[in-house]
Amino acid sequence: MTSAVRFQKVSRHFGSVRAVDGVDLDVASGEFFAMLGPSGSGKTTCLRLIAGFEQPTAGAIEIFGERADGVPPYRRNVNTVFQDYALFPHLNILDNVAYGLMVKGVGTAERHREADRALELVKLPGYGTRKPAQLSGGQRQRVALARALVNKPKVLLLDEPLGALDLKLREQMQEELKSLQRALGITFVFVTHDQGEALSMADRVAVFNNGGIVQQGTPQEIYRLPKTAFVADFVGSSNLLSPDLMALLGGDRRWASLRPEAVRLAGDGTEATVENVSFLGAATRLAVEMHGTKLHVMLPAGADVPGVGTRVRLAWNRQDIHYMDDAA
Amino acid sequence: MRSDRGQRSPILLKLFAAGGLLFLHLPILLIFVYAFTTEEKSFQWPPPGLTTRWFAVAWNRPDVWSAMALSVQVACIATAIALVLGTLCAAAVSQTKFFGREVISLLVILPIALPGIITGIALRSAFSLFDIPFSVWTIVLGHATFCVVVVYNNAVARFRRTSGSLIEASMDLGADGFQTFRHVILPNIGTALLAGGMLAFALSFDEVIVTTFTGGQQATLPIWMLEELIRPRQRPVTNVVAMVVVLVTFLPILAAYYLTRDGDQIAGSGK
Amino acid sequence: MTALSASHSGASILSRRNGFAGALSDSFWRHPKLLLLLMLTPPLLWLGIIYVGSLIALLMQSFFAIDDFSGVISYEPTLATYAQLLNGANLDIILRTVLMAALVTIASALLAFPIAYYAARYAKGRWKAFFYLGVMLPLWSSYLVKVYAWKLILAKEGIVTWLFAKLNLTFVLDAILSLPVIGGNSLSVSYLGTFLVFVYIWLPYMILPTQAALERVPGNLIEASADLGATPAQTFRTMLLPLALPGIVAGSIFTFSLTLGDYIIPQIIGSSRLFIGQAVYAQQGTAGNVPLAAAFSVVPIVIMGLYLTAAKRLGAFDAL
Repeated sequence: MTSAVRFQKVSRHFGSVRAVDGVDLDVASGEFFAMLGPSGSGKTTCLRLIAGFEQPTAGAIEIFGERADGVPPYRRNVNTVFQDYALFPHLNILDNVAYGLMVKGVGTAERHREADRALELVKLPGYGTRKPAQLSGGQRQRVALARALVNKPKVLLLDEPLGALDLKLREQMQEELKSLQRALGITFVFVTHDQGEALSMADRVAVFNNGGIVQQGTPQEIYRLPKTAFVADFVGSSNLLSPDLMALLGGDRRWASLRPEAVRLAGDGTEATVENVSFLGAATRLAVEMHGTKLHVMLPAGADVPGVGTRVRLAWNRQDIHYMDDAA
Repeated sequence: MRSDRGQRSPILLKLFAAGGLLFLHLPILLIFVYAFTTEEKSFQWPPPGLTTRWFAVAWNRPDVWSAMALSVQVACIATAIALVLGTLCAAAVSQTKFFGREVISLLVILPIALPGIITGIALRSAFSLFDIPFSVWTIVLGHATFCVVVVYNNAVARFRRTSGSLIEASMDLGADGFQTFRHVILPNIGTALLAGGMLAFALSFDEVIVTTFTGGQQATLPIWMLEELIRPRQRPVTNVVAMVVVLVTFLPILAAYYLTRDGDQIAGSGK
Repeated sequence: MTALSASHSGASILSRRNGFAGALSDSFWRHPKLLLLLMLTPPLLWLGIIYVGSLIALLMQSFFAIDDFSGVISYEPTLATYAQLLNGANLDIILRTVLMAALVTIASALLAFPIAYYAARYAKGRWKAFFYLGVMLPLWSSYLVKVYAWKLILAKEGIVTWLFAKLNLTFVLDAILSLPVIGGNSLSVSYLGTFLVFVYIWLPYMILPTQAALERVPGNLIEASADLGATPAQTFRTMLLPLALPGIVAGSIFTFSLTLGDYIIPQIIGSSRLFIGQAVYAQQGTAGNVPLAAAFSVVPIVIMGLYLTAAKRLGAFDAL
């Protein structure tokens, strides 16, 4: 299978700042790929490198097997949905969507027909004559999506597209984006700092930190088998167990992670004190202290919830302990 | 008691603020009254009578017309030059980060930050140094120099408001540099440029200090007025011309205000 | 949807748009510095060469001197012109101008503050626009016309004399006019008149930046101060003034600089004693002493240089 996007040892340095440093990346054709990481981790710069807004300081970028470095953005068959949507304020919605076709020289009637169809696709039929300022945030987002899709890009880039939406709208858009991607078969590359979003939407996830990719894999792999403490912490809100604690518990003297929902209350486990109880609806989260380490325990709905200050015993299955490479 | 205090001071303040605005406007309104006075020899107040005959007199004065024509000609050329130079400067400063952009800003502001007389005398001595004879172009040279800043200020403010991602969005959608300029940049800064151009026109139309040094024997409308002020020949005609000048400069300023009112303010510091 | 999903065909990299424009656009994109250079060259040539070049040429002239006998400039570097600048009469001109500029600045600041404060804090919606235009229009309306209007107002037969007579206060006006130094035959030929006109003409330049600075003071900060028991005077001294100061200083750059260099106002409304601007004008014109005119024009440049350095420290440029 051809790669939609391939990075080979790509770096982008701004003076002494290494925004992206020696990244290898492989996005498969037709894939929904998420780039996840905290701000400043290099994920957005990677997206801009694919779009052509940035040039790599070193390394090679290929889009569907063709060398893309040195090619201006307007000659890449790649389109972007911007974080602030970047709709043209002086054009109405229809002309915004038809912009890409207009600069390619497509005739008025045809480009308006195509734009109308794209607006239908994002469920905004009949909005063509309005100005961007007259739309809500969610609607603008859909217009931005239509404006990119109408060009039939080989790769669609999405830069934190749901960041500005409220929770309910965000969940709705997540599902719509996912089904749209499946229906169109276009490769989506998606940048986010929200791990829930990345895990729920993407086929594969790359976790970024300090200008590099820390781990790549399916959401399940990333969540269940974090390679480093950073991934464990950032992706799963997993419990981090230090080498000393692991030795004390009778395991290897190495960093390990343990997911909160893998811990259960049992009669014969390790002693801990309940420090806080949070009711989350579908589950209840306990904050406990065990041998000087704070842990989270996720209890399923319906379980008995101990009170704050009580002593409990914790147990887990040996295979839920996941050893990691390092603590960084 | 606290609320008492909170209400009383604004009333005093309101009176003061209203008084301030009156102070700023009454002298200008006064010009309108004097344009109709029947008194010819002095500035007598109140006017002994009112007449419109000075408008006809002023209308038939060829020296007023030629001064007006020169002023309009100079203002148009200077505005055009200022539009090009100011926009280029603003685009360079706001679109890219580069070493020395503060120097550019300083350079643009310098012609109005320094007293006009210095600009004037500097240009004049340069003209005499290179044996350049006075012409429309020597006046234009001076005017364009200080008009650049108003265009620059307006354009920079608009560029700052125009999200940088619009240009990226345009390129992303397949528009090259020229297409992006024509379809995105120009429509977005158009009104700001129009406003800047109108202010530049008003500024040039009204300028007197630099012009006294760069004009030689040519009289723009303000130079004509200055001569009338120093050596009055026919005061009522001066009154009429003064009123016309006020009206001619008010219109572009009001237009510029309406063009830019949502968001950036007219760069008042530009004069 | 079927139309849109037909995206698997087609190149991922498109070929260049044909023609010169396409090639040029690509090379600008590849070399952004080239584009920057092209954009900056015309304004830099204009301002850097024509304007700054003339300024430097002018400043150089101040290091030459005029030959007393022939009246011709001798192109020998000398400080004689600067020595001449500092002799009694010329020094008087400089001090007189600086004093006037300082007084005009202070008076403008005092007058501007309440107007700016009202506009920033109490004027809302349409009134705010009204106030803004109310300051902008006088600022932009013709300088000469404004000076001329004051000539009409202050003339002996003008509106001020008439007003004092109507109020039976002519003796007050006479008392003011008989004051030494600042008085005169009528207001239009006195220092007092010059001062008034300067304040009138530069006042909007003080109001706008002061208002801009005050706009940035959150209203609840003032309420918080009052809430904590500060009297209005204390609130003003400890909160408003420090926060408005950058704006006032920014405004003062204009009032000070414009007064320093003006030669038309004191020529039309004022006594016969010269200000710097008039001295420059007279020296380069009738007197034909260009080196001395150049040296005179160095004075405002130096004063403004010092002033701007101090203002920058006070953060005035953010308020411009």
